[in-house]
Amino acid sequence: MHDHHDHDHDNELDEMTARVRALETILVEKGLVDPAAVDAIIDTYEHDVGPRNGAAVVARAWTDPDFADWLKRDATEAIASMGYFGRQGEHMVAVFNGPEEHNLVVCTLCSCYPWPVLGLPPAWYKSPDYRARAVREPRAVLSEFGVTLPETTRIHVWDSTAEIRYLVIPERPPGTEGMDADALAALVTRDSMIGCDLLEPPP
Amino acid sequence: MNGPQDVGGRHGFGPVVPEDESIRFHAEWEKRVLGVTLASAALGYWNIDASRHARESLPPAIYYGASYYEIWLRGLEALLQRAGEVSEEELADGRAIAPGIRTDRRLPATRSRRFWPKAARPNAPAPPPASASATGSARAITSRRVTPGCPDTRGAGRGSSPRSMAVTSIPTPTPISKGSSPARFTPSGSTRRSSSAGMPIRP
Repeated sequence: MHDHHDHDHDNELDEMTARVRALETILVEKGLVDPAAVDAIIDTYEHDVGPRNGAAVVARAWTDPDFADWLKRDATEAIASMGYFGRQGEHMVAVFNGPEEHNLVVCTLCSCYPWPVLGLPPAWYKSPDYRARAVREPRAVLSEFGVTLPETTRIHVWDSTAEIRYLVIPERPPGTEGMDADALAALVTRDSMIGCDLLEPPP
Repeated sequence: MNGPQDVGGRHGFGPVVPEDESIRFHAEWEKRVLGVTLASAALGYWNIDASRHARESLPPAIYYGASYYEIWLRGLEALLQRAGEVSEEELADGRAIAPGIRTDRRLPATRSRRFWPKAARPNAPAPPPASASATGSARAITSRRVTPGCPDTRGAGRGSSPRSMAVTSIPTPTPISKGSSPARFTPSGSTRRSSSAGMPIRP
């Protein structure tokens, strides 16, 4: 499906564009939805709420042992203390990777995902392919992200629920001892916080 | 609820296609679906579980053939019709015929950027553990936690009903590939699955 946003022939709208425009028009005419509110929500999730939030949480966990301990005990409160809370992240659990333990997060039933720290879920996370296979053949799925773990590594697959959302705390890469939290956060990828990426040492 | 959304472990799905974390949407109409859906939620007719139920109640042929935001849009149309705010005729025409009802609850643009306030924590005593019998294979319960609520009762508008969730461990079958040792992983408890025994069924 493609967009027609570069020109404007209303009678040529694709089916989904026409369908959502119809519904939004109805709701606006009825006074139930303010289009400016819709714009603000979109802008929030395009620019404000995204995986850089989670990266800041991870970097702090690496540099602040008390915070890491708080994350283990009560991730919801620890993460909220950094200003990340609310919609789709009301009950957080942080799971820590280690030399012999790897965590992978999925939502087999839909796309439950920790929005305040990771933003909107990527298309692959929502796809039936990932949802079906992550729980059955996690190593094969990881290989599609270019990740190969030692066979002795134990993989924990966390199936998210409508309430409980998981954040993977990846291992801190070697060679980062002198780096501060901001520099460390820049190394943290979104996929590593879902469990689909291993972090590289800085170049 | 059992339905087309329950794809965990199913065979026949394809490879996962990773994508860059800067990609938030794949079409302009997807943004409008996100914004209109979240703005409409402010009308207060449904909670997250009822909206999931509306999506999961789509006929399987439509569910499997629809993209993520198309499923959202179809679910939203159903919820608004059920609320009496939108009629089938209006959706077909793409214009309002009757006036809106809960216009006083329209989400203002000034409030839509903010995250939702932190949800209240349930402080009810832990309920008795529910059975961990899930969908077949033998599981070992490794830990329990209390969920903030039961999606089935909440989705049906019958209250939160916090209950015990079992975190379970399932050994994977011995891999077929030559020379590899058995991989182990732990699909961890989902309220929807592991506490399903004895749970009231939606009407």
